[in-house]
Amino acid sequence: MGSRASSLLREEDIEEIKKETGFSHSQITRLYSRFHSLDKGENGALSREDFQRIPELAINPLGDRIINAFFPEGEDQVNFRGFMRTLAHFRPVEDNEKNKDPSAGEPLNSRNNKLLFAFRLYDLDRDDKISRDELLQVLRMMVGVNISDEQLGSIADRTIQEADTNGDMCISFSEFIKVLEKVDVEQKMSIRFLH
Amino acid sequence: TALLPIHTWNLPGSSMLNLWMPMTVTYIHLLLLLLDPSSALMSTQDPPPSLGNHSMDKNDVDEAEGHFTVPIAFRVFSVDYHHVQAPFEIVLWIMLASLAKLGFHWSGRIPAVVPESCLLIMVGLLVGGVIYGVRHTAPPVLSAEAFFLYLLPPIVLDAGYFLPGRLFFENLGTILWYAVLGTLWNVLGIGLSLYGLCQLGGWGLEEVSLLHFLLFGSLIAAVDPVAVLSVFEEIHVNEQLHILVFGESLLNDAVTVVLYKLFESFLRMPSVSGVDVLAGGCQFVVVGLGGLCVGLFFGLVAALTTRFTARAQVIAPLFVFLYSYLSYLTSEMLHFSGIMAIVTCAVTMKQYVEANVSEKSNTTIKYFLKMWSSVSETLIFIFLGVSTIQDVHMWSWPFVSSTLFLCLLWRALGVLLLTAVVNKLRRNAVTFRDQFIIAYGGLRGAICFSLVFLIEDFPKKRLFITTTIVVILFTVFVQGMTIKPLVELLDVKRKKRVLPTVSEEVHCRLLDHLLSGIEDVVGYWGQHYWKDKFEHFNTKYLKRFLIREDKQPKSSIVRLYQELERREQMGETDEGKRERSPAM
Repeated sequence: MGSRASSLLREEDIEEIKKETGFSHSQITRLYSRFHSLDKGENGALSREDFQRIPELAINPLGDRIINAFFPEGEDQVNFRGFMRTLAHFRPVEDNEKNKDPSAGEPLNSRNNKLLFAFRLYDLDRDDKISRDELLQVLRMMVGVNISDEQLGSIADRTIQEADTNGDMCISFSEFIKVLEKVDVEQKMSIRFLH
Repeated sequence: TALLPIHTWNLPGSSMLNLWMPMTVTYIHLLLLLLDPSSALMSTQDPPPSLGNHSMDKNDVDEAEGHFTVPIAFRVFSVDYHHVQAPFEIVLWIMLASLAKLGFHWSGRIPAVVPESCLLIMVGLLVGGVIYGVRHTAPPVLSAEAFFLYLLPPIVLDAGYFLPGRLFFENLGTILWYAVLGTLWNVLGIGLSLYGLCQLGGWGLEEVSLLHFLLFGSLIAAVDPVAVLSVFEEIHVNEQLHILVFGESLLNDAVTVVLYKLFESFLRMPSVSGVDVLAGGCQFVVVGLGGLCVGLFFGLVAALTTRFTARAQVIAPLFVFLYSYLSYLTSEMLHFSGIMAIVTCAVTMKQYVEANVSEKSNTTIKYFLKMWSSVSETLIFIFLGVSTIQDVHMWSWPFVSSTLFLCLLWRALGVLLLTAVVNKLRRNAVTFRDQFIIAYGGLRGAICFSLVFLIEDFPKKRLFITTTIVVILFTVFVQGMTIKPLVELLDVKRKKRVLPTVSEEVHCRLLDHLLSGIEDVVGYWGQHYWKDKFEHFNTKYLKRFLIREDKQPKSSIVRLYQELERREQMGETDEGKRERSPAM
């Protein structure tokens, strides 16, 4: 499986992905094997069904939303680059990267981008605000069935109230960042991709 | 006199007076009754041969008699002390310990600077000194049996029940790394280097064998959970650091038990072969896992039992204590690690018990555990102080000081090396400041003290006892007192004192699910993967089996929300929240 998969991935592609995402060479080839094993249709791209075949993801309360996050706006297929771009958000932040290249723009795994990724899980309609309904939907998925609607509503109200500084009864991205300022997001949202 | 000089400081007048009376009464009582040598809590069964003058005991008994009778034919009034002697003395010791503890908290700025453990040891020293002065014999010594069977379990149970589960399991690898390898490193390092130094040093200790030094190393190297708990409770470092030190002190029990017993049995054998050492290595696995399994078993049975306590709610807390204690005793009986068993039992049963029993029972469990562990801890430290006053000390400046130095050195080296390796595998590196606190927080306590007394007698045993006492006193006093200012000086990250907001809880939960999902996509069996698998198994099977139908627990988000609402209804402000959240 290893050698056949990597032969479909060209060296230039690997270099580009490396520059864009910051993954190392071996990490990229390993993740490509994974991509390939998920790709049952063997067409070089993953569809939603391919993701849904992962058993543990099916029982994850936020499974659908996570899958959605891989697919760019309005598309049904994601290629390897898109796959890696999404995964790049979860790379651990390393100290020696911080001073690398200020002109290259913010790396995908910066704190801001990590938080933006999480924010987009709530904000389905992409209006840069988490409305009460969007929050309720996510809460319902996470908390389960044995809570009444009013109680869930009060929890949602309280969540918005704690974050809302401009009184629009929605959570904007900056308010979201403020709420999570005490949480160690860089550590929480990182996976150790094996070298 | 044995009266504490607390009254000399400025205190609110009337309240101190109220405290004065019972204290004075108790101390006078204690003094009078301590003239009688036989005491239940002290070592009557296993006294070190050089301690306690047996021949004098008989004379004392004849003298003190304990019967004060009015010299008329018809006894209207008599005092029969022997009838109540054993429980009476136990209660008096506990009373002394508790009143001493009360006294400290009234004594102004002292508790802020000196940790409680130091003050208690000083009280013990004082009482021990008084007894020695009055009776001219050594005061009673804390018996190893009383310590291991009665005083240690409540503390460990309390620690296990309130262990922050998630943090513990997230850091489990690192904790095990320090506990197992770190202890091994320390034991071998201290044992071998002491042996080497004694062979070269010309201190008159050449004939002591290597095995004796290794045995000594095994008991003096281990970090003591009681001492760590009492000191770290007051310095409020960040939770990760706290769990690393504390978890290590709990889990290294398995290693200590095995090594101690191993070297002890090697001492008795005429020769030691490689196979024996290998067997020792296997025994470590057996001891650790055995303790774990015993704890798991009793934990699950306890959880199941509480499922049926709806109709007899008052005795529900009793099951928690009984099963935990049973797990400890069973484990000790089978020569497994008792501490691991009781911690595992507590951790296993906690969530199910909390769901099954009523609010009042939960509160009862909490308060009883805190109370018992507090009493035990106080007693242990006081007895440490009392037992230090003996007439059997053998002193040797070079040996004692080199032991002390080597203990510190090996611990520092061990922590540095092990952390360097483990940081490569952790998500969240252990900083140098944290490493310093881990090394500096390696306090020794009553466990080494009891173990050193249990060694079979040999010519230099008294020296070992003295050295152990010195090391314990040094770590508790010097390290215990200076660690707080050092934490502030080094600006070590401290514990957050407020409850999280509902938003934080909600968003963190989202992140947890997100990370699990990403780990699934990548096919990486990381922490989230295993945590999720366990949660799934738990919800599907364990909770259904062990918790009553109508009490299936709600999500943590809901619980936090309800807790915050409850607090606001009770009119507590942010200030109140901050005061309440630590400790309880």
